[in-house]
Amino acid sequence: MLVRKLKELIIEKIIFLCGVLSIIFVGLIFLFLLKEGLALFKFISPGGFLFGKSWYPISEPAQLGVLPLILGSLIVTLGAAVISIPIGVGCAVYIAEVAPAKTKEVLKTGIELLAAIPSVVLGFIGMVTLVPWVKNIFHLPTGLTALSGSIMLAFMAMPTIVSIAEDALYSVPKSYKEGALALGATRWQSIYRVMLPAASSGILAAVMLGLGRVIGETMAVMMITGNAAVIPQSILVPVRTLTATIAAEMGEAVVGSEHYFALFAVGIVLFVISFAINVTADLFLHKKR
Amino acid sequence: MHNSQRTQKIAFLFLFLATLLIVVPVGLIVVIIIQKGLPAINWQFLTDIPRQGMRAGGIFPAIVGTMYLVAGAIVFALPIGLLAAIYLSEYSKDNFLNRLIKLAIVNLAGVPSVVYGLFGLALFVIFLKFGASILSGSLTLGIMILPIIITASREALESVPDSFREVSLSLGASKWQTIRHIVLPNAVPGILTGTILGLGRAAGETAPILFTVAAFYLPRLPHSIFDQAMALPYHLYVISTQVPNVDEKIRYGTALVLLVLVLFMNLVAIIIRYKFRKKKKW
Repeated sequence: MLVRKLKELIIEKIIFLCGVLSIIFVGLIFLFLLKEGLALFKFISPGGFLFGKSWYPISEPAQLGVLPLILGSLIVTLGAAVISIPIGVGCAVYIAEVAPAKTKEVLKTGIELLAAIPSVVLGFIGMVTLVPWVKNIFHLPTGLTALSGSIMLAFMAMPTIVSIAEDALYSVPKSYKEGALALGATRWQSIYRVMLPAASSGILAAVMLGLGRVIGETMAVMMITGNAAVIPQSILVPVRTLTATIAAEMGEAVVGSEHYFALFAVGIVLFVISFAINVTADLFLHKKR
Repeated sequence: MHNSQRTQKIAFLFLFLATLLIVVPVGLIVVIIIQKGLPAINWQFLTDIPRQGMRAGGIFPAIVGTMYLVAGAIVFALPIGLLAAIYLSEYSKDNFLNRLIKLAIVNLAGVPSVVYGLFGLALFVIFLKFGASILSGSLTLGIMILPIIITASREALESVPDSFREVSLSLGASKWQTIRHIVLPNAVPGILTGTILGLGRAAGETAPILFTVAAFYLPRLPHSIFDQAMALPYHLYVISTQVPNVDEKIRYGTALVLLVLVLFMNLVAIIIRYKFRKKKKW
């Protein structure tokens, strides 16, 4: 009996430990980013890092301003938002409210499979199809532009937007819709006037999480946005994002160099952005319940 | 009245078009990759090492490398993820700690994959001195897929009706015995679904393995878990952007193998979930 009690106690402790391990891992990630990233500020001020207009990490002396990279991420994300939000929310409404039951299942499976396609495969297919199209349609010297990145990344945001927005619509109480229909509203009026407002905080969270995925996306964006670390003047020029910079340059950066520290500092920026997005989206998701 | 009917028709048409705008390109992507990749697939391509600077030969070391990484990630993440899910579903009370854990999981799921790469580099490769190795890569991928496994397992555990637990407890079983013999067996399909989805994610990710394990060109199989390895997604990245004049067929073939591997795992997970829903006894 005592042995059993002891065994049970040990198991419970292990389970508890695994339970809090997620917190520990988040803490460790942040800690190690800080440990390697903050060393940068011995060389350069935080203001000079965040608002510096040029990123030439291997020139002498190295210029490590991330503004071009932040703007690169921003322009690609904005482009992806413009494309993915209307299409994603529209698709979510179609699946949740309009599609017949069987079509619904097929579409949901399809969207789930889209979410599963590895980003390097999307990047590859973007390189061989989308990039030449963009080049020809806009008569550009190169198709490796922010626009190509935006279009491809929209496809990475859409599965997230669709599935979370669809959940949000699904969890609106049936009585809301029935009430609207009983008052003589058409299905579309009930969707537009009742369902969408009722699900708005969930849809907002869906959009945020979708865009969070875009900001954090690395491989596809590195393969098709052209990787020019300059402040973008339009959406039709090559840009470089925060994520692509880390992925492309960490291989060459010497451990313990200014460049190495700077890439970790970029990692801190990304971590903070994704943390803010996820916490806010989580608040929206749990608001109504 | 007539007018609002017409508005509805137009609105529904637009919603349908939005859906098509997602479904058609995705279908096209898959079709293009299959069509152009299939001619490259043969026994030699799947079982030979890359030759002539990856411009000929096969992708066997990359396939094996990915298998090792995925296996390592799951060996690490499944026990931890499952136990964490048990904690959240069976032990934790609705308090601040519980809220904090859930928030941490949400954040783990949202951390950009390249940041996992940085973290793996700083912690496993440099600080713990594992070097760029299968071990470092597996651990990094394991932490990355943890939220997927925890979330799916928790949902599966929570969907087991409380009456099952009550009956077991009233028969004198301890809490752990109840979990071990009653709750877990009934949650297996859901846990399996989450695990397979995690496998698929680990197999397809590139950024976390860039600096923790991936070898640019290593035309042999890894010797131990402290060895570097090639991996399918990184190999695809390398031959499509870093090596000039690679035959298109090889690129498409590699993309196809990766895509089939990942989509197959996801389909299996979806089928398990679907079958389980139909069979559910409660």
